[in-house]
Amino acid sequence: MTNRNFVLACLTPLFIFSLAFLAFPLIRLFLASGESDAGWTIYLDILRKPRYLNTLVLTVVVSLATTIAALGVSTTAGMFLTRNRFRGRGVLLSVLTLPLAFPGVVIGFLIILLGGRQGLVNQLTPGHVVFAYSAIGLFLGYLYFSIPRVLLTVMAAAEKLDPALEEAARTMGASPYRVVVDVILPGLMPSLIASGAIAFATAMGAFGTAFTLATNIDVIPMVIYTEFTLSANIAMASALSIVLGIITWILLLFARSMSGSTVAAGG
Amino acid sequence: MTLRLTNTAKTYPDGTKALMPTELSVAKGEIVSLLGPSGCGKTTLLRIIAGLENPDEGSEIWFDNDNVTSLPVELRQVGMVFQSYALFPNMSVRANIGYGLKMKKLPKAEIESRVTEVLELCQLQKFSGRATDALSGGQRQRVALARAIAPRPRMLLLDEPLSALDAALREALRDELAILLREFNITAIFVTHDQDEAMAIADRVAVMSEGHIVQSGTPEELYRNPNSAFVAGFVGNAMHLNGKCDGKMLHLEGGALVLPKDGAGQNAFIRAESVKIDDKGTLSGQVENVTFLGNHYRIGIKGIMPDTLISMHSGQSAPKIGQTVKVAIRPEEIMLLPEGVNKN
Amino acid sequence: MFKSKIKILQLTVTLAACAFLLVPTILSILAGVTVNYFKGISSGLTLKWVYKVWELYADSIFLSMWLAICCLIVTLIIGLPAAYGLARHPGRLSRLLEEFISLPLAVPGLALALALLQLYGSMKGFRSSWTFILVGHVLYTLPFMVRSILAVLASMDLNTLEEGAATLGASPWQRFRDIVIPNAMPGILAGSLTVVTLSIGEFNLTWMLHTPYLKTLPVGLADSYASMRLEIASAYTLVFFVLIVPLLMAMQWASARAQRIAK
Repeated sequence: MTNRNFVLACLTPLFIFSLAFLAFPLIRLFLASGESDAGWTIYLDILRKPRYLNTLVLTVVVSLATTIAALGVSTTAGMFLTRNRFRGRGVLLSVLTLPLAFPGVVIGFLIILLGGRQGLVNQLTPGHVVFAYSAIGLFLGYLYFSIPRVLLTVMAAAEKLDPALEEAARTMGASPYRVVVDVILPGLMPSLIASGAIAFATAMGAFGTAFTLATNIDVIPMVIYTEFTLSANIAMASALSIVLGIITWILLLFARSMSGSTVAAGG
Repeated sequence: MTLRLTNTAKTYPDGTKALMPTELSVAKGEIVSLLGPSGCGKTTLLRIIAGLENPDEGSEIWFDNDNVTSLPVELRQVGMVFQSYALFPNMSVRANIGYGLKMKKLPKAEIESRVTEVLELCQLQKFSGRATDALSGGQRQRVALARAIAPRPRMLLLDEPLSALDAALREALRDELAILLREFNITAIFVTHDQDEAMAIADRVAVMSEGHIVQSGTPEELYRNPNSAFVAGFVGNAMHLNGKCDGKMLHLEGGALVLPKDGAGQNAFIRAESVKIDDKGTLSGQVENVTFLGNHYRIGIKGIMPDTLISMHSGQSAPKIGQTVKVAIRPEEIMLLPEGVNKN
Repeated sequence: MFKSKIKILQLTVTLAACAFLLVPTILSILAGVTVNYFKGISSGLTLKWVYKVWELYADSIFLSMWLAICCLIVTLIIGLPAAYGLARHPGRLSRLLEEFISLPLAVPGLALALALLQLYGSMKGFRSSWTFILVGHVLYTLPFMVRSILAVLASMDLNTLEEGAATLGASPWQRFRDIVIPNAMPGILAGSLTVVTLSIGEFNLTWMLHTPYLKTLPVGLADSYASMRLEIASAYTLVFFVLIVPLLMAMQWASARAQRIAK
């Protein structure tokens, strides 16, 4: 066998597998979305019918809030952990990155333990404080799995920042605040945008967490699930899946062009 | 083993012609150097011989009486030393050297004894158990060489074997390599862009330019009788005496010179060691720079021709910068060469 | 003055984030070993909930382990040669193929599951067997395996190493076995640990693909969260943590090592 044929043979299993279980199913999914009475206008229905539009808006709002909060928390913690060496740093780092591969259902359950009926907050505070099953619970759940992801990206970028840049700015009379604004944030910007896009995309598509928590509120993945299993509205479920998939795919493509790598696991 | 290439050329898919149709023969036991600037096609030629590149249709490559043109590299039984050495990082020195023998499916004991033999030959016994990344540059080079010769290849191919080393080490290893190659008693081809390296190691040098072998001969032949301006310039840094030719006289800005014969339609070249600073000289110019090189001075003189004329001046002292000097060049030292590159 | 204030603020945020991630985890561990969580720890510690979980869900734990091992084998068989092929043929087509197989990283598992269900749902034998779930797991984890190996392969001068082996008489297969695989090991290790960890924790695809007789660990978890008392759900989560946390730590260690080598 010649070398070229050997290399091509190496790619064959991958090619066959992704054709059979990725390409064809996705094509089937797309075709299915147009098979209802509404035809292809089903995609317009997503924007026309309040049930879908409201859900879409709520999903975007919760995801956006998650992204902003995760960026704030993880950038602060990430900069702190990169620039300071102290005892216990490794432990903090492990705690902050371990949830990376917790499935969404588990994270949902952890939020219930915090804010559910038997939750910690409800036990410690007088009165009835239950937030796990609301948008706040969802937000906290998404934040839970976003923090590690953003943190890893930010820390990788912060380690690459040349400390000499900061020192140069200091010698030129910049205050610590100005150094952050003029040197550190611009240096981190590509990875902040990238990890923000990842956090947003993951939150948009998160199913496990929503499955456990969203009993009273609707987000897109839950609507897809109920349309498919309860309403048997397969066309709408497919159309929403396609829209959601395209949104998250474009976001992650954009993230990759900004940072050159993606940290996407679990959710 | 003798090697014979006929009509061997290489055109890349994008249309670049890396090698023009080339003929080359290498006798049994001969050490040939392919010398030329980067991009001249020397590495392509070597890789075609190894079987790492496929030549264009119509090319033929013969190892003794075997036509190996379409034989894949792994069946050609050549030993190759790569520029980066390509030592396998996952194997020890010993395993690297034994790899080719293992591929020949030789019995274990035979592999062991051959590896030991080669380790000794290349003075690597001390390092046999080491990882390859725990070696110095010179040691890595010797491991690469030992690995290439261990399976007793039909021919040894070396691609810029010394270029990854620093200057001081390169010079020392150059002589060592010349001795080792003769000890192996093997047909060898090595590629280099360094004329000193080619001169020191090779029995015969093939000078390449723009995909052609422009001249091939012993180092002395190339030095004394270059067939083209390119060879004269590349081997021994001859300088072009750029002036007006009038029969046997050459008129330069700084005076006139006598040529060995009628120079019409030819270019005159001279080497720095033939340019003498001499009060009786017929040329005069101004000293532009002086470099002290220990046993001699390298003196740049301007005003004789458009470029600076270099003189290798031996003596206890040198003229000062800005001083006007007389320069003498003996007619028999001037090389008259046809214009342009001679393509064979 | 300003600088130390910033530091205190940063430390506070860091510790708060740690608390946010750690406190519920500890709560779930405690709840899993408390006799009656509603009454508090004072009701005593017990392992009875863990035994109960074992009785109820041992099958799901074994199924998850079995799936993870099969998933690892399949991703190795497909992913290792593929990563090699992509490394040897870097070009637009390879980039496109790599981008395409990476789609499952971007597209939510739910959408992929719907796609698989609609195409293969009617093939009853396949639909109701564990291999259907396996396909989903392989689909999701394969890009991690390929990229992890590809990163290591791309960082070394693979072409020259292979040419070196070829001049020594090694055939393409021997080169692959003797040069490519050993040198790709850090990437293979990191990729393998990632695949196993992700497969054991996979829920989004699995929930859609599973049948009532084939529950994986995370599916069982969702089940227990919905229908079991809090202590059992917690104990089950505890079992999951015991399984996943060492894997996760090993995965992070191996990935960091592979990245160091790839630099």
